[in-house]
Amino acid sequence: MKAIYNNLLGGRQGVIGLALLAALIFLVLPMFLDIFRLNLVGKYLTYAFAAVSLVLIWGYGGILSLGQGVFFGLGGYCMAMFLKLEASSPENTAIQSTPGIPDFMDWNQLTQLPWFWEPFNSFPFTLFAILAVPGLLAYIIGVAMFKRRVGGVYFSIITQAIAAILTILIVGQQGLTGGINGITDLKTLHGWDIRTDSAKYLLYYINGGLLIGVILLSRFILSSKLGRLLLAMRDKEDRVRFSGYDVSNFKIFIFCVAAMISAMGGAMFTLQVGFMSPSFVGIVPSIEMVIFAAVGGRMSLIGAVYGALIVNYGKTYFSETFPELWLFLMGGLFIAVVMFFPNGLAGLYEKHGKRIMEKIKSLRRKPTPPAEKTLAAGNDTSAAAREAA
Amino acid sequence: MGGYTLTELGSIFVMQGFAGLSLFSVLLLMALGLAIIFGQMGVINMAHGEFMTIGAYTTVMFSVLTAKFAPGFIDYYFPFAMLVSFLIAFGIGYFVEFAMIRHLYKRPLDTLLATWGLSLIMQQIFRSAFGAREVSATLPEWLLGSFQPTESIDIPLNGIFVMGLTVFVTLGVFYFLFKSRWGLRVRATTQNRIMAGAVGINTRLVDRVSFALGCGIAGIAGAAFTTITSTGPTTGTLYIVDTFLVVVFGGAASLFGTIASAFSIAQAQSIMEFFMTGSMAKVLTLLTIIGILMLRPEGLFSIKVRK
Amino acid sequence: MNRKLENGLWRHALSLMTATALSVALVLPGATMAAPATADVSKTGLAVTDTTVTVGILHSLTGTMAISETGSVEAEKLAIDQINEMGGILGRKIEVITEDGASDWPTFAEKARKLLVQDKVATVFGCWTSASRKAALPVFEKENGLLYYPTFYEGLEQSHNVIYTGQEATQQILDGLNWVAKEKGAKTFYLIGSDYIWPRTSMKIARKHIENVLGGKVVGEEYAPLGHTQFGSIINKIRLKKPDVIYAAVVGGSNVAWFKQLKAAGITGDKQTLLTISVTEDEVLGIGGENLVGFYSIMKYFMPVENENNKKFIAAFKAKYGDDSVIGDVTQAAYLGPWLWKAAVEKAGSFDVDKVVAASPGIELTTAPEGYVKVHENHHLWSKARIGQWQADGQVKIVYESDLIEPNPFPEGYQ
Repeated sequence: MKAIYNNLLGGRQGVIGLALLAALIFLVLPMFLDIFRLNLVGKYLTYAFAAVSLVLIWGYGGILSLGQGVFFGLGGYCMAMFLKLEASSPENTAIQSTPGIPDFMDWNQLTQLPWFWEPFNSFPFTLFAILAVPGLLAYIIGVAMFKRRVGGVYFSIITQAIAAILTILIVGQQGLTGGINGITDLKTLHGWDIRTDSAKYLLYYINGGLLIGVILLSRFILSSKLGRLLLAMRDKEDRVRFSGYDVSNFKIFIFCVAAMISAMGGAMFTLQVGFMSPSFVGIVPSIEMVIFAAVGGRMSLIGAVYGALIVNYGKTYFSETFPELWLFLMGGLFIAVVMFFPNGLAGLYEKHGKRIMEKIKSLRRKPTPPAEKTLAAGNDTSAAAREAA
Repeated sequence: MGGYTLTELGSIFVMQGFAGLSLFSVLLLMALGLAIIFGQMGVINMAHGEFMTIGAYTTVMFSVLTAKFAPGFIDYYFPFAMLVSFLIAFGIGYFVEFAMIRHLYKRPLDTLLATWGLSLIMQQIFRSAFGAREVSATLPEWLLGSFQPTESIDIPLNGIFVMGLTVFVTLGVFYFLFKSRWGLRVRATTQNRIMAGAVGINTRLVDRVSFALGCGIAGIAGAAFTTITSTGPTTGTLYIVDTFLVVVFGGAASLFGTIASAFSIAQAQSIMEFFMTGSMAKVLTLLTIIGILMLRPEGLFSIKVRK
Repeated sequence: MNRKLENGLWRHALSLMTATALSVALVLPGATMAAPATADVSKTGLAVTDTTVTVGILHSLTGTMAISETGSVEAEKLAIDQINEMGGILGRKIEVITEDGASDWPTFAEKARKLLVQDKVATVFGCWTSASRKAALPVFEKENGLLYYPTFYEGLEQSHNVIYTGQEATQQILDGLNWVAKEKGAKTFYLIGSDYIWPRTSMKIARKHIENVLGGKVVGEEYAPLGHTQFGSIINKIRLKKPDVIYAAVVGGSNVAWFKQLKAAGITGDKQTLLTISVTEDEVLGIGGENLVGFYSIMKYFMPVENENNKKFIAAFKAKYGDDSVIGDVTQAAYLGPWLWKAAVEKAGSFDVDKVVAASPGIELTTAPEGYVKVHENHHLWSKARIGQWQADGQVKIVYESDLIEPNPFPEGYQ
């Protein structure tokens, strides 16, 4: 019991942080926002999946992947393919020259569903594919790169090139993929209209639930021996290797997990937004995902969620109010995060927030029992250090 | 390829060869600046494309001003525009190194994020200053049209110009790095910063000048590109991935590698484009690069340095 | 001072125009008439007050597409200002909420939803690329909003909630091909476009028309990735095939590189017939007139179109946005949007979307700068096609003008 409490939930501080986040997602936001804004928040939260995955591989693993958009996009595309097939029933597409296939295929003179679309008629397969396709790609990339000890900057640039390749492929093969328009006009999931307000509420809660689940899973991974090895590898890879560990396997594993987490976000994105397009696969969204994690704090899973929320809210707000200023702010944010607070919001909290909290606490219970308290405080800080590390 | 005469095929072969060479010089010109910044200094400058855009806008401004105030001078403004492009990009690079980059040498991945932010800011500055529309420079007569050695061969003059410029800049960089005192200091600093400092080299100044020089060369590249295409606020982003791949593929620290990699990428791309669609050619080229990089993670040429 | 004078003239001209215009005769400038009660003209909770009606403009103000979409925003704002000067619509001034799609398709969907759900706008003028329209379309259909879409596009679409003020593919393509076949005796064609849906669909229609109707031959079909700037190999392929006509639909920055490199490769207007469906006056700013001399564009509108409407339109546009501003085909089509909406609202006597949509087919606009347009049952416009030959100064000489062409977004035999 104690082990679960400490590892999965991250001790008292972890529980409080998680509870606050859950309360924010499940209670506060739905209470104060109308469904339009809440749907937007839902969209931001899907990016949080990618940000969390970056905390795993970048913050802890030290591997900066500039291709998280690839996995996010693949997950989203898998979901979109299923929904598109459902939306293209022969009745709905009667005016096409070949009814029963997605409209963009008809425009591109396809007369038959391509083979790799066939399995996406099945929902269980789709759910499997959402995790398996990005996982498999990550595995291939991971084996190819990490086994050959490609790392650091090279890895970043190669993942970036992969993002570029996938975008060009999707745009170029538009008969098969919907091209630059993406897969649009998605309506129902098993006959359930995903565009209604009630559906949006439900999807929002499912999304929130999954996100909390993913954070718990990540905590579990990081608190295991693997997590400590990751940190050790990040800081002194050679030493870990000389200690007899196969470094590349750990890297491959965490890279695959991160890919699958991003893919879940992508699938939820498709459901909530109603379409998927190559603009989420490319280089720019991939780098933006990194900045969500960086703003939240690259070492903090919960911070990543706040980072995604804040940056995206800022993007929406400023692009509505001062479109001219938006790029300045986004650019400034990148620079400021890197130069002045490299540990992001979580780092700021560690530095200033905590002290304030302590002050409030100590003000509340003025008469301090001397010896015992210091001991407890000592325990507290060591737990906090673990969390921050 | 039935139905074509031998001369025709010959001419196409020559022109296709030139298309490859021309792409090679474009890639090399883009990559030279980055080869110094990323290859020698290890800074991942994602704003490299924007430094090119600075050069391009400078040239466009020059062309507009010349057309307005000294129309007779329009045939000669181009070299001056390139010089000024270099100086402006050099100056801005110098400042950026001072304000930002020098604090980040120990965190190369973070330079990537910070310079990406810088590139966003620069794009918005371009947009506010020059408008969102794409603009073009009015080119002098001697850069337009083609050179016809035979009846059926047309060699684009702007291609020849870019090629000549690339040779000139490459030689300049080689001289700078391998023959001048400055180059000695730069190489010493990149190979062993602490030792270089210990023997009295002002490593900070070396860094600043190297970075600025890389930016300045990007400025020249941007100026040259106005002969090929137009300039808009986001033009730089088009080039950045290709540029990095050229440098990485060549082996980051090797200037010869950069040249070899630009050459092979350009030839591969341009030959494949001849036989398949542009999109597929691009995908195949990129995949080949990645494939080869997996076999040789250090790139084509690498310098062995003790870590 | 100059501007003031011109404004005055313009207002005068407008009042003359309105007197003659069929559909817009309801409200005369300066005339004070009692506006109909708000409860009568808006029953679906739109943002209509006793004195104002709110509409949305949704284009990319930032990002790569801002280059193209700026002109549309300017034209829409100009039309709205003019309508307001004439007294607005049903006695109500138009207020505008401008949203930035940021060249990002999901953002278009998000902002469309914001305009419809939160701001309750009566109509939206916006979207430019097909991708942005495709992304926003489900939102308009779901929320039952109204969109005036200005760009010429690939067709294959017809929505209850969209009025398409640009031409669909057949209106632009067929006449141009007929013309080159007849005037230039063209038999062989080389098709080249950027790699996305509009060029691909357009080329598909062009190929069918060339092969089945004209009896010609397509000797090559080529697509360059968006943003491609090296056309050396493609130009060599074209040179090898020696087509009678190069038929081009390259867009954006690639377009500039394409024409500059054509010229540099010695393929110029005096030696080679080239017909493009992607160059308007807007693009010429970037490409440079000297690189286009002698090539042909087919559009429904060019700046030198000869009629009184156009003169006034250009004068007003330049008065508002500066003397050196240019007006491309899409800019003109965007200008039609607010006027068509005004006519439909006044015909319906209501701002409610279903009533405006029902009133739209059959609406005529005799004041259109392109001449005369009429809304078809299928929500597209009847319009003309014009072929212009580019001159060194970046303007065209119009060499061909068709009759009014019926819009046909789902052309039989071309799919």
